[in-house]
Amino acid sequence: MNDELRALYQEVIIDHGRRPRNSKKLEHPSCTQEGYNPLCGDRLTLYLRIDDNRIIDASFEGEGCAISMAASSLMTERIKNMTVTEARQLFTAFQNLVTQAEPPDNIREYLGKLSVLGGVRDFPVRIKCATLPWHALNACLNNINTKQIVSTE
Amino acid sequence: MSLVDRPAEHGSLPLNKVDWPAIRRDFPLLAQKPYNKPLAYLDNAATTQKPNSVIDSIAHFYRFDNANVHRGIYQLSERATATFEAARDKIQCFLNARLREEIIFVRGATEAINLVAQSYARPRFKSGDEILISAIEHHSNIVPWQMVCKQTGAQLKVIPINDNGEIMLDSYQALLSEKTKIVAITHLSNALGSIAPVQRMITMAHARGIPVLLDGAQAAPHLRINLQALDCEFYTFSSHKIYGPTGVGVLYGKKSYLDAMEPYQGGGEMISRVSFESSDYNGLPYKFEAGTPNIAGVVGLAAALDYINTIGLDNICQREQQLLDYATKALEQTAGLRIIGQAKHKASIISFVLDSAHPHDISTILDQQGVAIRAGHHCAMPVMTRFNVPATARASFSFYNNESDIEQLVQSLRLVNKIFTIKNG
Repeated sequence: MNDELRALYQEVIIDHGRRPRNSKKLEHPSCTQEGYNPLCGDRLTLYLRIDDNRIIDASFEGEGCAISMAASSLMTERIKNMTVTEARQLFTAFQNLVTQAEPPDNIREYLGKLSVLGGVRDFPVRIKCATLPWHALNACLNNINTKQIVSTE
Repeated sequence: MSLVDRPAEHGSLPLNKVDWPAIRRDFPLLAQKPYNKPLAYLDNAATTQKPNSVIDSIAHFYRFDNANVHRGIYQLSERATATFEAARDKIQCFLNARLREEIIFVRGATEAINLVAQSYARPRFKSGDEILISAIEHHSNIVPWQMVCKQTGAQLKVIPINDNGEIMLDSYQALLSEKTKIVAITHLSNALGSIAPVQRMITMAHARGIPVLLDGAQAAPHLRINLQALDCEFYTFSSHKIYGPTGVGVLYGKKSYLDAMEPYQGGGEMISRVSFESSDYNGLPYKFEAGTPNIAGVVGLAAALDYINTIGLDNICQREQQLLDYATKALEQTAGLRIIGQAKHKASIISFVLDSAHPHDISTILDQQGVAIRAGHHCAMPVMTRFNVPATARASFSFYNNESDIEQLVQSLRLVNKIFTIKNG
């Protein structure tokens, strides 16, 4: 296995991909958002419970590749108890991680465990897999019409 | 020496005498080494690679013969026209169509289906009419009919398939009725490899006077097509899936049907007289060929059919069946692998899922090993729904593939299993 593949399929990703955390329907969510990647058929529904501008709980239901499932699992773990403002900042930082050629060290430190998904940089067609739950999150936070499915296309 | 330099009668050689390694060398792209690994190109159902003779014919056309067709009163234009129309004859012969004017050049199989949907179906169909397709169609043979349904109030009916991915003929019989106005089915499924029992289906439709369109995008590269024997009303195929260039395809239609249809698009070439008050349409086939056609593409397609004839379609069919059998056995040995679509009559397309990994992850890892496969819904989402999978991995083989490509695929799948199971505990 070459270095790029090793970076893409780190143990954390395989683990979260197979045993995603927070994979359930949330009761009484304040926001529900579907995300869909029509290219590969990855589909997820993100549930957020936001109270007093803070994300009290987050979960998702869906089916997809190891990258999209791990991304959803790691994202929902991290955003719990964040304020909406902090979650927006996290979204921007994650976008920078997966799209910038050499993301600065402070972004990696800030993102912590989420940095394991930085390996998708070397696999342009897989960036959509990693960002699918993040686009759903962004739509929720920006109060986009939640009846509309967020698409990576 | 490339096979195309040899006499055409090599196409009549028995299978074991055909020089398959030499044939592979006719395809320059296959010599690439992605990631320093040999390229195992196994996405032939999406598009095929092009032999030197096709690439050279296009370059030759642009270097020496390029002019617009049917309109120049000078030698070069006459030569371009002659080359272009010779290609039509070649396609007529390849499909064994009765008349050359039954061969219409379009952009691809998708445009051919849209042409029939809009020019034949739309003006004739009305509310209560039914359009019959099958559960193994890809989007090109679903969406144009849905559009017609929206425009006319007709209804789309779907012939179900069994768990092997075969069309259920008894259900088909039950769906045929006086409401059915056209049957539009794929000759060969791109997602499963199933070959539809088209001859029987056409006979059954004709017994009720219903016309049939066959989508031959996948079938034309793998099967011998004899339109006079099949007797379908319409047949479509794409050049790029049969070793020719992209952007060109063919609609075959029975003359009586094409004559009765209004043009699909208006413009130059498809008219015989134009005034600001009205225009008279040209005769067949030009009535359906508005604008300057993809002349070089048509020339390249003719070269592709010449190339296929040098190998022989019977040899191609047999070689691809050998590869299908070899690959099926090899893949069945792979841990956790399940083949989706096990039709008795099948072409060299294998869709599969792995317990350990999603098709997208499989494709990424295989790519790094030099193996190009397709992962996804193959533009056939209803097929995926039928088998309750979000996506499949698909390996599709051409005569230029070989057993080493298949071994490379199988070894790479073992690596997928290793990556996803060791770490998984």
